[in-house]
Amino acid sequence: MVEAETITEAQIWGWLEDVPDPEIPVISVVDLGVIRGVELSDGGAVITITPTYSGCPAMSIISLDIELALAKRGLEKVSFKTKLAPAWTTDWLSAKGRARLEDYGIAPPQPAGGPERCPHCKSTAVEKVSQFGSTACKAQWRCGDCLEPFDYFKCI
Amino acid sequence: MAAQDLSHQEALFEFLLRQGDNALVLGHRLSEWCGMGPVLEEDIALANTALDLIGQTRLWLSLAGEVEGRGRGENELAYLRDAYDFRNALLLEVPNENFGRTILREFFFDAFQLPWLTALTESRHERVAEIAAKSAKEAAYHLERSAETVIALGDGTEESHRIMAEALEYLWPYTGELMLDDAVDQAMVEDAVAPLPSSIRPAWDQNVDACLAEALLSRPDSDFAHRGGRAGLRHTEHLGHMLAQMQVLQRSHPGATW
Repeated sequence: MVEAETITEAQIWGWLEDVPDPEIPVISVVDLGVIRGVELSDGGAVITITPTYSGCPAMSIISLDIELALAKRGLEKVSFKTKLAPAWTTDWLSAKGRARLEDYGIAPPQPAGGPERCPHCKSTAVEKVSQFGSTACKAQWRCGDCLEPFDYFKCI
Repeated sequence: MAAQDLSHQEALFEFLLRQGDNALVLGHRLSEWCGMGPVLEEDIALANTALDLIGQTRLWLSLAGEVEGRGRGENELAYLRDAYDFRNALLLEVPNENFGRTILREFFFDAFQLPWLTALTESRHERVAEIAAKSAKEAAYHLERSAETVIALGDGTEESHRIMAEALEYLWPYTGELMLDDAVDQAMVEDAVAPLPSSIRPAWDQNVDACLAEALLSRPDSDFAHRGGRAGLRHTEHLGHMLAQMQVLQRSHPGATW
């Protein structure tokens, strides 16, 4: 626990690194690229968030998780601003986040529009099953070599 | 009130309702497939597309409520208006009927929506431009899938082709309304909020002609267009039934929340 007055913005960014994405817990909300700003004001913090997809139901959970995580560190006054522009893009996924996605079995987004390789056996013989998947941000693919289905993080 | 008597603020409110209601009504229609899709992947795809559209609805209707300035928010606008206050195009409210008609309807809308939202990113109204930029990315993804699926079914089996041809005949007269201009649209041009919907016609024709040709479906000759939904003059009898289901919770338990 720290005194609210001595908290710095850099510290808050560090704490946010520990807040997992509710759907893909191996990456943090910072890795996901949805945190667009952290600002201290009046002994509290204003966190600016951009949605991944307009209808992503995880967005309200993300705010709640952030609020709880910061409260645990002694920062009780947290408010949120939603920022639509510039629109979220998978380019904002951190390099660390991309690597963790693959380790977790989710192929990271590629500008070419499909996964580079199977996240399990690394084969490049992959094919699309469906453009949509278990969450708004994923599509379903499968590997022709190890025959495993896998999620692909859609590139937008 | 005649459309030409609208103040600029009222015209902007009308314009925003049209954007929000299009997304809401199609979003709800697609969500009716949840758990009933012909295969699991399509079920998931329909629900995901619905989710994007409902998300877009929230952005448009929240802004509409602010512009109106009477204390109505996204929820009041979505759940507490009657059919005659909706401003969606008629195309989006007709029943799903079957998977073929559902996907062809979505394609006709996506083929309009992508160039339309792309044009709206140039809006002088900053919030309109922002919502459009966010939604356009999703629309591009929707169009890719709906076009592919229309082609797969049109150029599929004898039965799937027949269903698509019937869907085309049924839906075609509803497509023109998306690109008909009226006084609200003129006001939006004057305020540099949006271009005329008719300016999207060449892009829509190009999207639609290319897809129908590949799907082995022939574009109907008639350009007769059912109209009245966007303008709020009349809706089909189907919208009321849809709203009865969509709004029942808020009508029976006003103010209920999760």
